[in-house]
Amino acid sequence: MIDNTARAAARDETRRLTAHFTAAGATPVETAILQPADTLLDLYGEDIRARAYVTADPLRGELMLRPDFTVPVAQMHMATGAGEARYTYAGEVFRRQETDEARPNEFLQVGFEIFDAPAPAAADAEVFATIAAALAGLGLRAATGDIGILVAAVQGLRTTDLRKAALIRHIWRPRRFRALLDRFGGRLPVPPHRRALLAAADPQALAGPDIGLRSRAEVAERIANLRADATAPPVSAEEIALIDALLSLRETLPHVLSELHDIAVDLAAIRPAVRRLADRAEALATRGIDTDRLEFEGSFGRTTLEYYDGFVFGFHAADRPDLPPVASGGRYDALTRALGPGRAVPAVGGIIRPELVALLHGAA
Amino acid sequence: MLRLGIPSKGRLMEKTVDWFAARGIRLLRTGTDRDYTATAEGAKGLDPVLLPAAEIPRDLATGRIHLGVTGSDLVREKVPLWDRRLRVMAGLGFGAADLVIAVPQAWVDCETLDDLDAVAAAFRRRHGFRLRIATKYHRLTRDFLQTHGIADYQLVDSQGATEGTIRAETAEAIADITSTGETLRANGLKPLADGLIHASQATLYRASAAPWGEAEKTALRHLESRLGL
Repeated sequence: MIDNTARAAARDETRRLTAHFTAAGATPVETAILQPADTLLDLYGEDIRARAYVTADPLRGELMLRPDFTVPVAQMHMATGAGEARYTYAGEVFRRQETDEARPNEFLQVGFEIFDAPAPAAADAEVFATIAAALAGLGLRAATGDIGILVAAVQGLRTTDLRKAALIRHIWRPRRFRALLDRFGGRLPVPPHRRALLAAADPQALAGPDIGLRSRAEVAERIANLRADATAPPVSAEEIALIDALLSLRETLPHVLSELHDIAVDLAAIRPAVRRLADRAEALATRGIDTDRLEFEGSFGRTTLEYYDGFVFGFHAADRPDLPPVASGGRYDALTRALGPGRAVPAVGGIIRPELVALLHGAA
Repeated sequence: MLRLGIPSKGRLMEKTVDWFAARGIRLLRTGTDRDYTATAEGAKGLDPVLLPAAEIPRDLATGRIHLGVTGSDLVREKVPLWDRRLRVMAGLGFGAADLVIAVPQAWVDCETLDDLDAVAAAFRRRHGFRLRIATKYHRLTRDFLQTHGIADYQLVDSQGATEGTIRAETAEAIADITSTGETLRANGLKPLADGLIHASQATLYRASAAPWGEAEKTALRHLESRLGL
């Protein structure tokens, strides 16, 4: 049952936040609640079915109740091809809860997104500062991170392109990323079945019947790749130690920058990404953010914010660890690349959950 | 009365009746073969109800029955948070079947989940869509693959003859129940070495949501002592 008083407070908060983002230059936009399922499934994979409500329409096929606004707003922007733009939106999102009945399965989001801005550092800072200003007085703690540094570090490894691609594909799945890194680093023994496969003169000689869409040639191609991989030298222990150092960073921004400058001495590939972080820190300071006290975590955003590939941030109530983040966001150039064939648009944005803001205002 | 849901037909029903009989409780079908009513001899206050095995998990979850016998695979697939809502009273030692991920034997390069993940990535690049895994166990399979960080696959629904979907080219792999592996082999398939999703057996469950009055509690204590639980 809906608590009418709480609902009214959340609606008031939604209006206040929308006005805040509109005053910051954003155009209000709307999206449909029912979204085509195939786009979301192609972006997020099968895992999204555990989090989104799936329904069906006889003519339109499989649909999902909007699990977030980012995808439809990005699609809308890319379809209209509007150049630099700022948008705000507000409404319900829906999340299936399979393991915790206490978590809401529908809640409000108010968002602010910037597309195609010429200076990424300035746009990152604008989104963060605009959201921080909307949350002023709530005493929230901000955490930030940057997936781009990890991506750059992987791309800079002295190893094969196939290994780098495999690692980047699993950047958002820490467990599999770790397993791959251990294997490419020679820390895990080659399993017997793999050794036997590589030793066989014609591994496909005794293969079973050719059934299904994956052809014999595709199997042969992978065996050739595995053979090539077996002769490639392991990723060095030094390089793995540098990746571990990046992932375990957890400090205020100035300290992190100085540590990253040290790491970049041995891992030159991250230098452009570190420069972007330094530019962002400067842009944040220009916008009045106290960057000396801003926290940065090397692993932030790796598990919950899948499509973010650069700057990531979240705001949470330090004295209410039971609550989810009150606001979160980041840069998602990769998402626009996946949405528009051959056409990527720089994009950064974030959302605030007005129910949580109202709850914290009420408690204060 | 303590309502006990038992499978209404087939080997699962026979074996369940045998299991209770071996412990001194005779479950008897009353009326005709088409009549799904039964009585129990040897257990005070026990009211057996014949139900399709696939419906027993839901009836346990909602508390329509106090106890029920069904496959642990069905309970895990159909009852979210099953371990908070149901209690396992006993594994009955029959109806054993493994829910496994299986791929064509021709995939000599694919023996583990690790391989499957790499194959899925290459498959999607080549064919332009995510590798299809046919199953009727959507939740169990998805949870398993998510836990192991497998990407670039999709589940397609298959409510029967799942082993045939690969030959029909409506799927590239399957997640299905097998007891000896014979059907898999006959269809040119093999299970992944680390692809065991769940080892299922017929299990007696107790439902937390059922109305537990004094009479039901007494009948349960009596039944437990008869069953030696």
